[in-house]
Amino acid sequence: MTEPLLEPPPSSFVQLLLARVRDFVREPGVLFWVFGFPIVLAVSLGLAFREKGPERVPVLVVDAPEAAAARGALEASPLLSVRAVAAPGAADALRRGDGLVLVRPGTAGGAPTVEHDPGRPGAPAAAALAADALERGAGRKDVVSPALVRVDAPGRRYVDFLIPGLVGMTLMGGGIWGVGYGLVSMRVRRLLKRLAATPMSRRAFLGSFLVHRVGLALVEVCFLLAFGALAFDLRIAGSLADALVVGLLGTLAFGALGLLVGSRAQNMETANGLMNLATLPMWLLSGVFFSTSNFPTWLRPVVDALPLTALNDALRLVVNDGASLAACAGPLAVLAAWTAGSFAVALRIFRWV
Amino acid sequence: MSPPAVLVRGLVKRYGDVVAVDGLDLEIPAGVCFGILGPNGAGKTTTMEIVEGLLAPTGGEVAVLGRTWARDAGELRERIGVQLQETVLDPLQTVRETLTLFGSFYRRCRRVEDVIADVGLEAKATARVKALSGGQRQRLAVGCALVADPEILFLDEPTTGLDPAARRGLWDVIGRFQARGRTVVLTTHSMEEAERLCDRIAIVDRGRVAALGTPDELVARVGGEEVVELSTDPPLDVATWRAVPGVREATVEGPVHRLVVDRVADALPAVLSRAASSGARPVRLATHRATLEDAFLAVAGRSFADAEAAARPGEAS
Repeated sequence: MTEPLLEPPPSSFVQLLLARVRDFVREPGVLFWVFGFPIVLAVSLGLAFREKGPERVPVLVVDAPEAAAARGALEASPLLSVRAVAAPGAADALRRGDGLVLVRPGTAGGAPTVEHDPGRPGAPAAAALAADALERGAGRKDVVSPALVRVDAPGRRYVDFLIPGLVGMTLMGGGIWGVGYGLVSMRVRRLLKRLAATPMSRRAFLGSFLVHRVGLALVEVCFLLAFGALAFDLRIAGSLADALVVGLLGTLAFGALGLLVGSRAQNMETANGLMNLATLPMWLLSGVFFSTSNFPTWLRPVVDALPLTALNDALRLVVNDGASLAACAGPLAVLAAWTAGSFAVALRIFRWV
Repeated sequence: MSPPAVLVRGLVKRYGDVVAVDGLDLEIPAGVCFGILGPNGAGKTTTMEIVEGLLAPTGGEVAVLGRTWARDAGELRERIGVQLQETVLDPLQTVRETLTLFGSFYRRCRRVEDVIADVGLEAKATARVKALSGGQRQRLAVGCALVADPEILFLDEPTTGLDPAARRGLWDVIGRFQARGRTVVLTTHSMEEAERLCDRIAIVDRGRVAALGTPDELVARVGGEEVVELSTDPPLDVATWRAVPGVREATVEGPVHRLVVDRVADALPAVLSRAASSGARPVRLATHRATLEDAFLAVAGRSFADAEAAARPGEAS
């Protein structure tokens, strides 16, 4: 047999990146998590908050002849939607949340009662509205009569708040699961060990994961923003380029975090646990679905230090408030710190075997 | 004179209290096919992975091509090719993509089509790894080790779990590589594989080299050319056979007596007449030429199966 011909090889970085891309497009399940899942969320949440006319507060009233006056007064209010319930099941209906308050007629011609659980979101305001309607029905004269003006300009609706949060959440999931899961499954299959037995550039290897993630993230950001614009008339107040830069920095932070989470785990169970540990608190705390200002003051420093909070804040500054990148310096610095810290630690503790 | 391909001195590897390798010495000259033979748990894989620079030893010295992993890891990785026992290659990539990827890690690599032809996967070049049979996957794994035309090819149990045809296919690939004067180091627990492929063999037991030599030399350690396996009813004392002319050695393995003889044709009539005169009837009788399995028994003092059973659990092979 003749001596084999040797030639200069193709770029290992390009080959590693191609392998990542092929893995991605050849695994249809992953495509759903990256593109389908956020859209299903956005559609269902968007529909829940969209075009229903003015939101009416659901109010229950006991179905009894002596409650007729109260019922009439409640129905006269444009802000309430009134439902009559039979007295025996009324308390259960309130507990189930069929209405936020339950109005019962007063005994022996006394004042009606407005039952509500102040711990249920919206219940205190609903109780105040019901009391107001009852007062007015009993003949109270309004003194000030402020005009109620409806605001529905794009950029100030819930869906405008929601979509940047979904972008942030998608980038977090893609970074931590995409990178972390990929690395751990290669370790479990002893493929990392096999690669470590070659002169492969470790930088090219880890770089291929990050670059693949960044490329995918740019597609995801554009995709979700375009979907928001088409389906919900989302207006991007700032520049799209700035939004992409923010998305890119967020992706690097989560890619590095994924690298850290996947740097040592020896089996999928440990890896799943670690990834849930990393993502779940941010799902809950980082203001994807509601503003982080709902959290008590003492928790805010923790919440604000989370990378997803920083990413969501920066995205909303650019998309909703039209802020420049300079105005996002605070959250972007938080993202940069997470990127550098996670990457440095991950490289130190990473195990190939 | 060029340095040996692999030189190992006093190698020790401990995992906590478990001693996987216990003072192992090896010298593998360049250009040979060297077999490390032993039961599961003997320390073969641990030794291989230390020599391949994937594990750090607890103690001892390792030099590959005259160089050490501490100083020349980058260069050594360019010059060796490795197939690991448990690697599962990415199932979504094709054969050609996998080989192209591995080739790209080296300073210089062979043409992918040449490697594909070398391991006989021409018809599967565009098939994804998940669609390959076990034998084809294993040939691809060896192909990945051959992409840069290494000076030493390390194979860790390359044919374990393969059917006989797939085994022979892989032996041909290894044989062609070795025929070019390159060094092959392989572990196996297949006696047939070791006898078929290897110029020199180290029998490893309990983390040490129990015997070293060519297959013929090791078989000669058995003390005779052929082996008679015999059990009788009623069972006879094993010492009975040692007095029979032509029987060199007699050992007991369960109900079976193993008699090492120079020539079956000479010894067998004497053995049978001895059984008859003792009033015992042969219930099982088999003969075979002495093999490495007999050699293992001779040097380790226990059979392969017993050694493997003793190594479980806590298998640190």
